[in-house]
Amino acid sequence: MEVLQLLISGLANGCVYGLIALGFVLIYKATEAVNFAQGDFMMLGAFVTLGLVNPEYAGIPFWLALPLVFVIMGVLGYLLDIVVLRAVFGQSQVAVIIVTIALGFVIRFAVGEIWGHEPQSLRSPLALGDVRIGELVLGLADIAVIIVTLIMTFLLWQFFQRTKMGLAMQAASQNQMAAYYMGIPVKRIQGMVWALAGIVAAVAGILYASKGALDPTAGFIGIKAFAAAVIGGFGSLPGALLGGLIVGVIEPFASRYLPPGWSQIAPYALLIAVLLFRPHGLFAQVRAKKV
Amino acid sequence: MSLLELDSVTLKFGGLTAVNNLSMSVEEGQVFALVGPNGAGKSTVFNLISRFYTPVTGSITFDGKDVLKMAPHEVPNLGIARTFQNIELFHQATVLQNLLVGRHRHRKTNMIAQMLHLPSVRAEEREHRHAVEEVIDLLDLQPYRNSRIAGLPYGVRKVVELGRALASKPRLLLLDEPASGLSVEETQNMRWWIDDIRRHMGITVLMVEHDMGLVGKVCDRVLALADGAKLAEGTPAEVQSHPKVIEAYLGTNAVSKGGKVA
Amino acid sequence: MRFHFKTDYDQDIRLFEDGWTFSLYAALLVLALALPLMIDPFFLGEATNVLIWAIAGLGLMLLTGQTGQVSLGHSAFMALGCYSCVLMMEANVPFVVAFLLAGVITGVVGALIAIPALKLHGVYLAIATLALAILADDIIVLLKEWTDGVNGKMSPPIDLFGYEISRWNNPIEWYYLTLAVVLMVTLFYRNLLRAPLGRAFAAVRDSEISAQAMGVNVAQTKTIAFGISCAITGLGGALMGLFAGAFNNETFNFLLSIQLLMMIVVGGLGFIHGAFLGAVVIAFLPQVLSMTTDLFGRGVAIPGLESGVFGVILILFILFEPMGLYGRWLKIRTFLELFPFARKDMFKRQKSYLKTERLR
Repeated sequence: MEVLQLLISGLANGCVYGLIALGFVLIYKATEAVNFAQGDFMMLGAFVTLGLVNPEYAGIPFWLALPLVFVIMGVLGYLLDIVVLRAVFGQSQVAVIIVTIALGFVIRFAVGEIWGHEPQSLRSPLALGDVRIGELVLGLADIAVIIVTLIMTFLLWQFFQRTKMGLAMQAASQNQMAAYYMGIPVKRIQGMVWALAGIVAAVAGILYASKGALDPTAGFIGIKAFAAAVIGGFGSLPGALLGGLIVGVIEPFASRYLPPGWSQIAPYALLIAVLLFRPHGLFAQVRAKKV
Repeated sequence: MSLLELDSVTLKFGGLTAVNNLSMSVEEGQVFALVGPNGAGKSTVFNLISRFYTPVTGSITFDGKDVLKMAPHEVPNLGIARTFQNIELFHQATVLQNLLVGRHRHRKTNMIAQMLHLPSVRAEEREHRHAVEEVIDLLDLQPYRNSRIAGLPYGVRKVVELGRALASKPRLLLLDEPASGLSVEETQNMRWWIDDIRRHMGITVLMVEHDMGLVGKVCDRVLALADGAKLAEGTPAEVQSHPKVIEAYLGTNAVSKGGKVA
Repeated sequence: MRFHFKTDYDQDIRLFEDGWTFSLYAALLVLALALPLMIDPFFLGEATNVLIWAIAGLGLMLLTGQTGQVSLGHSAFMALGCYSCVLMMEANVPFVVAFLLAGVITGVVGALIAIPALKLHGVYLAIATLALAILADDIIVLLKEWTDGVNGKMSPPIDLFGYEISRWNNPIEWYYLTLAVVLMVTLFYRNLLRAPLGRAFAAVRDSEISAQAMGVNVAQTKTIAFGISCAITGLGGALMGLFAGAFNNETFNFLLSIQLLMMIVVGGLGFIHGAFLGAVVIAFLPQVLSMTTDLFGRGVAIPGLESGVFGVILILFILFEPMGLYGRWLKIRTFLELFPFARKDMFKRQKSYLKTERLR
């Protein structure tokens, strides 16, 4: 019974990691940029929602605010691509890595200035409290998070399979040059990918905030999401989600069964083990550069 | 014994046979050309010799030594230097630094000595510089010594890459399309240099080239490849008029009209 | 503009290209030596701090600027340098030995870690090293028998050949000690750059494939670069811990490595000068900020302000001056030297759109 409890809370955390990792991989595949600020995007998305929904701020009903949040985060993602990332395009990888890290700092500072540094909780319809079944204590929020993630995954999958935009994104991320020749506006598509990553981050943020308190340092869980992305194999969207779930599930079990102090090491230890033995993730194949 | 020998080498990428049972031998002092249509596997042969790829079967020997037993970075120590089809220079560094990297296999001092810049390091640096200056003189690179690669025109980069390979004082020089993208004058220069390299420096040259004019002028021996397999081998004139080669380049009809590959 | 008529290869090998350059740096050294006479102990402490940051920055610069490898884990090596140095000092090892040995230990451990890590490229390496930095924090807590965990350690006073140097009583001696280390590290760094190993670093950075074709053992070169880089950063970490007076796991938080990386980018990636300029920025930014906030009447410290402002500075630099402060200086100098003949596109960047490191 305890195992089930740990599993569900782990999976719920893993869903958040997975969604952040998903945004990470989306951007990487389409633009070869690595957005080290994706975790802070998630945090920003959560705060934007909080700012709109919570009564002490705007106080808009949740379901009305939701599309607004998506628009704000989408536009923000798109603008970031145009203003910052496009200027860095063609520079060394160091520049891209560092610029997104710096973005994360800026977002964290801005959020702290706007909404303060105290932990707050989001008035989310998903924050449902616990339910007791015998000895089992289940967080309903956890279950809701898992369900929402499943729906989100299904929607994304449909988006990539069915819509013209989704197909164009796939094409652009597999071979930019070929996509460009086929008349796909690669640059605009890349902007749209950033927008999509912003929206996915917003979903992740709302889910995260539904499970507990929120403060500007929440973005740091992005680091676990990087671990998830790498474990999943960086280039693969399902891999990212799965990697997120693995990291999420490992945590509660490690803190239950390992001596204190060792549990927070577990996800990183797994990351390093994966990098050592399967440097390109659990779900990937490798091709070398052609000369 | 030949300087470089490939014996029934086969390389596969998944289902694709990139090099098919290829045997060839390059004699010391020769200028040897690989020709063939795009995708025939010419550069792949170079990459096999450089050990970037490992063949499924077959052997590659250089001066009697088994090349396949070496790691990629050990191949240059045998005395094999190369250039690349799409120019792979160190673009943030100057021409001089690029050429000095060519001297890497001749270094003698260790890390600690270099950190302390002991007299031995200074002496070695002078020696490297001297060798590099000879290459600079040969290739007329004097105006570019301290220019960064990133700002140089294509033609000069091509020459710098040749220079970097020469700076390592190789016995065998692999040139991957030395004349591609060069102007008529630059190609002409390339021709004299290849002649000089062979005659005065005694370096054997193996090259991949599309420009049959250049191949006809500088090469002793030509091997035509198609789909990774040997089509014909002989003097430039023989290969150019070989019916199979004409067919591969121009299609079957050309043979009956008595065409010759330009 | 000065023209060089070179008559000897040594002119290109020497540290200073001509008498003028030599006298400039000699003047700078004299200035550095005379600094304690000119400023009060508080600012001398700040100057010492700049130099310590510069040492750590030089370490990372060797790896990132020269060899092109990104590390977000150098805080771990600063920690290792610091703890190993202090533990040895507590075991009555003489300071000079403990300090240098701490560098060696950090370098060796760094090289050992590098062997598997350097199979990874760009992003993967960045993430792996970031994980390392976070792990280091936890490991310091776990090893509390040696490290005293979250309580941290007091830095022992430095005993230099029987002469005690403490942070508070002997700021001038502290400054000279740091300056000596800076000079040593900078000299080693410069020597490497003009030797085969330094060129191998650049070769690995710019094209691994042709470095290999020229006989450079890419894996070995990267490992050596990582090792030397860690050793230097370890020395910087040791000084930082000793200078701070007390330190614990939080002192060497992973944010420190990010700061270090940002610092060298702002200073100018690939230039020794860049490490120093970046160090000046990072050491004085908090002072400048607190003065500014005082001016606006917000006396209380604003959390995250420092890193937020630093983030903005960094983004602006990458957008408008990717070569950093030193790159800007080079442009200004060229403009002045050639006046009025400097052209705007002399420093135009060549963008390499086709350089992809993606493997799938």
